[in-house]
Amino acid sequence: MRFHKSAIALALVIGLSFLASLFESRLNPYYFQILIYIGINIILASSLNLINGFAGQFSLGHAGFMAVGAYTSAVMTTELHVAGNAFLNAPIYALALLSGGIVAAIFGLVVGIPSLRLKGDYLAITTLGFGEIIRVIVQNLDFLGGARGFTGIPKLANFFWVFSIVAILIFLISNLVNSTYGKTFLAVRDDEIAAEAVGISSTRVKVVAFVTGAFFAGMAGALYANFVTYINPAQFSFLKSFEIVVMVIIGGMGSILGVILSAILLTILPEMLRTVAQYRMVIYSLLLIVIMITRPRGLFVRPRFGRRDVATKIQL
Amino acid sequence: MSELLQQIVNGISLGSIYALIALGYTMIYGILRFINFAHGDVFMMGAFIGYYTAPRIVNLTGGNLLVAAPIVLVVAMLGCSILGVTIEKLAYRPLRARPRLTVLITAIGVSFFLEYGGQLVFGPDPKLFPTLIPSGSVINTEHIVIGTNSIVVIVTAFALMVLLRFIVFKTKMGTAMRAVSFDHRVASLMGINIDTIISFTFILGSSLAAAAALLYSSVYPSINPLMGIFPGLKAFVAAVLGGIGNLAGAALGGLIIGITETFVSGYISSSFRDAIAFSILILILLFKPSGILGRHEREKV
Amino acid sequence: MKKSLGILAAITVFTAVFSCGERESGNEILIGEYGSLTGTTATFGQSTHHGLELAVEETNNAGGVLGKKIALLVEDDQSKPEEAATAVTKLITRDKVKAIIGEVASSRSLAAAPICQQFGIPMVTPASTNPEVTRKGDYIFRVCYIDPFQGEILARFMYNSLGLTKAAILKDVKNDYSVGLAQYFKATFTALGGTVVAEQAYSEGDSDFKAQLTALKAAEPEAVFVPGYYIEAALIIKQARELNMTMPILGGDGWDSSKLLEVGGQSLNNTYFSTHYSADDTSAAVRNFVAKYSSRFEEMPDAMAALGYDAGLILFDAIRRAGSADAPAIRDALAATENFIGVTGQITIDEDRNARKSLVIISVEDGKLKYKETIQP
Repeated sequence: MRFHKSAIALALVIGLSFLASLFESRLNPYYFQILIYIGINIILASSLNLINGFAGQFSLGHAGFMAVGAYTSAVMTTELHVAGNAFLNAPIYALALLSGGIVAAIFGLVVGIPSLRLKGDYLAITTLGFGEIIRVIVQNLDFLGGARGFTGIPKLANFFWVFSIVAILIFLISNLVNSTYGKTFLAVRDDEIAAEAVGISSTRVKVVAFVTGAFFAGMAGALYANFVTYINPAQFSFLKSFEIVVMVIIGGMGSILGVILSAILLTILPEMLRTVAQYRMVIYSLLLIVIMITRPRGLFVRPRFGRRDVATKIQL
Repeated sequence: MSELLQQIVNGISLGSIYALIALGYTMIYGILRFINFAHGDVFMMGAFIGYYTAPRIVNLTGGNLLVAAPIVLVVAMLGCSILGVTIEKLAYRPLRARPRLTVLITAIGVSFFLEYGGQLVFGPDPKLFPTLIPSGSVINTEHIVIGTNSIVVIVTAFALMVLLRFIVFKTKMGTAMRAVSFDHRVASLMGINIDTIISFTFILGSSLAAAAALLYSSVYPSINPLMGIFPGLKAFVAAVLGGIGNLAGAALGGLIIGITETFVSGYISSSFRDAIAFSILILILLFKPSGILGRHEREKV
Repeated sequence: MKKSLGILAAITVFTAVFSCGERESGNEILIGEYGSLTGTTATFGQSTHHGLELAVEETNNAGGVLGKKIALLVEDDQSKPEEAATAVTKLITRDKVKAIIGEVASSRSLAAAPICQQFGIPMVTPASTNPEVTRKGDYIFRVCYIDPFQGEILARFMYNSLGLTKAAILKDVKNDYSVGLAQYFKATFTALGGTVVAEQAYSEGDSDFKAQLTALKAAEPEAVFVPGYYIEAALIIKQARELNMTMPILGGDGWDSSKLLEVGGQSLNNTYFSTHYSADDTSAAVRNFVAKYSSRFEEMPDAMAALGYDAGLILFDAIRRAGSADAPAIRDALAATENFIGVTGQITIDEDRNARKSLVIISVEDGKLKYKETIQP
């Protein structure tokens, strides 16, 4: 029943975003840019939420997956795109997006498997390490532009692509959470040993979480690359991973809506604070510290129990 | 051959600095069981304290570096200790009972606060660190040059490590520290004031970071508010490599990372520099998570 | 799911609400500037900005251009290419500038140029020397020479003037400028008969170069070429001297900054670098400029300041010649610039939208910059 309702909503959103993309040129490019960034950040934050919030695996290397997707799409679209031909470019870009996601998912597998044996702090540092290693590898590959970056990427991303993927991801997550399979994620997050004791394969859950999260992060990267048309490894550093982590934490780990809202907030805020840009990170970090001490479950989550928000037994 | 020797000297010099920072990480992890992400930034603050106070102190002693340098060292250690204890009191103490992940995230928050706050206060541009170690060389042949820099770094680091060992194993406070790291509940039952011990640990760790900062900035005199990020992370890897919670391990880990990094930089490519430490980390965690000298901790259900 | 729709609606309302606060440009001509006011190459941005500011003030005090005052809008790119792209987008789409001046570092210019080209806003780079920059489109101009020329001259200087045939190169892989310049230097040097005995790399922001220097030293070069930016260059030279590497070290215009001397000190003796002008130049134009600049900003102008000044004046001259502040007209006028007498020399914009100018070689002796020679194109 719920599935059908949400499927209709999904189709609606995709249709709307397609319509919206037809009118893009009417909108002021600066604000258009912000909306696209909002979409991309929602994808990044929600996909991380899957790994951190739902499966309880603290990953600090999400930007690495984004980088992989970005560069994959950059290479593919630069090689394959047909200048000015929107019809042909659509399936080409769809292919590039998918490839970006798949290659990132493979990296998600590579990162996820060693992580199986690690917990808490060690897992966090290891994922951070992987993120940095990916960045350094890209930096050393001259055909990807190395440290100087990859320029001239065709600008293929628009409202339709961005918000369709947002819709698909949210659809996926909300249906997952309410399913029996989804409950196994939460079980592993809350108490891995107990979960194993009742027959849940924590290995499988963790790997699925990493791979799926990485897949969508890769697509977000592909959207990003084909929007900004210039990427370099420094954009995908630990700092970027941290920004995504902040979105998830402030939104509330495990809360679908909370994370969406915080992604929107944290995209708009820096732009509004442009005149005081140097204070941005200072404010962020203070915010984070205060939230961790006072409301660790997140800003948008109701402090106690909630049925939709899976904050019932968050160990925070 | 001479190139090899020179690289080894370079590596040991760098490694000693990593070792000093790693000791701070390992002590705090031993006591509180969490990675103090902000440690690298306490290191950075030490460099800036040195930057602002050294000129004045050198002036006061009329340019006598032999007298001035130790004074600057003490001042920096004092400053960093105060900083470390303050961070602990304000950000970590309220979270003592919470899951480790919460504190980890808070530590990351503190780290960024120090970095970007530093950019605001000191300005983001690199600054030139004043000379505390007279330039020149101790051994100066065609094949190998060991500058006064390297000697002072290695000797100072070694001296501090010996001092630390003395404090930890031969004093009352040190014994109390070891007790708390072993089992803090029993330790408190024995009458040990946990809060005092934790503050003491932070003082020790931060002081070492301050020393590391002065040494580091003397060898690499361009300082900026983000300078602590990578040395901090690499020192943490060093601590894990050697066995987290183990002092000798931290020192050993620091040296290994310093030498490996120098060799890879010189013989392969410097662009891999940052990735080396992380690759070592992942390998260690996969094959011997307790580190070279560490003990394996069993997880009880 | 309905919530997502509600959110989309909220966003649209939100963005509609803050579509206010755009600048009126009635009696002003809006010019945008983007540069590295902070970051690892902060003096580049700051010097250029000062030079440009001086040009704007002078022009406005003399009545402005076409009866209107010049208003300069500045954005800091923090020495990062992605920030350069964002800064330029904002200047063009939100602030609606008529032309853009920037940047010094080729990497940042390369990130911003496609955007300026796309929106049809002329961009004048004062000091980016990588040839790729002006190839991005016909709206992109530069008022300095390019790296093939710079690399060639430096190679000739090393081989012919200094008589050195074995060189080692230490380049910055994070910057197109450095990689490009190293490439052009190597090409000419080997063509002349010299050998590049070793090549190593570093990244802008690094502070430890002992490992690479030790490796270079082992190859026994007669000179080292460091085509990077000033802070790393100074540190490299310092550490090289500590390793007993006393041979001459050469560099390009990326060294031109007051910080070079500050950080490098005495270790800079026996080094040379190429740049765009020398403050010791005795010509009337330079004497005049140095006097005005130093009384206004209380410091000596470096090459970036001089180029910023020239870029500004050339742009304003182009607007005058165009007779309007229309972007396409400005573009055409810029392309037609001929024999403009600037502080950094006589400037003519060629068909590739580059400037053919002479190059100045500076040597460092006794901790001070000394003018060595000028080389014509």
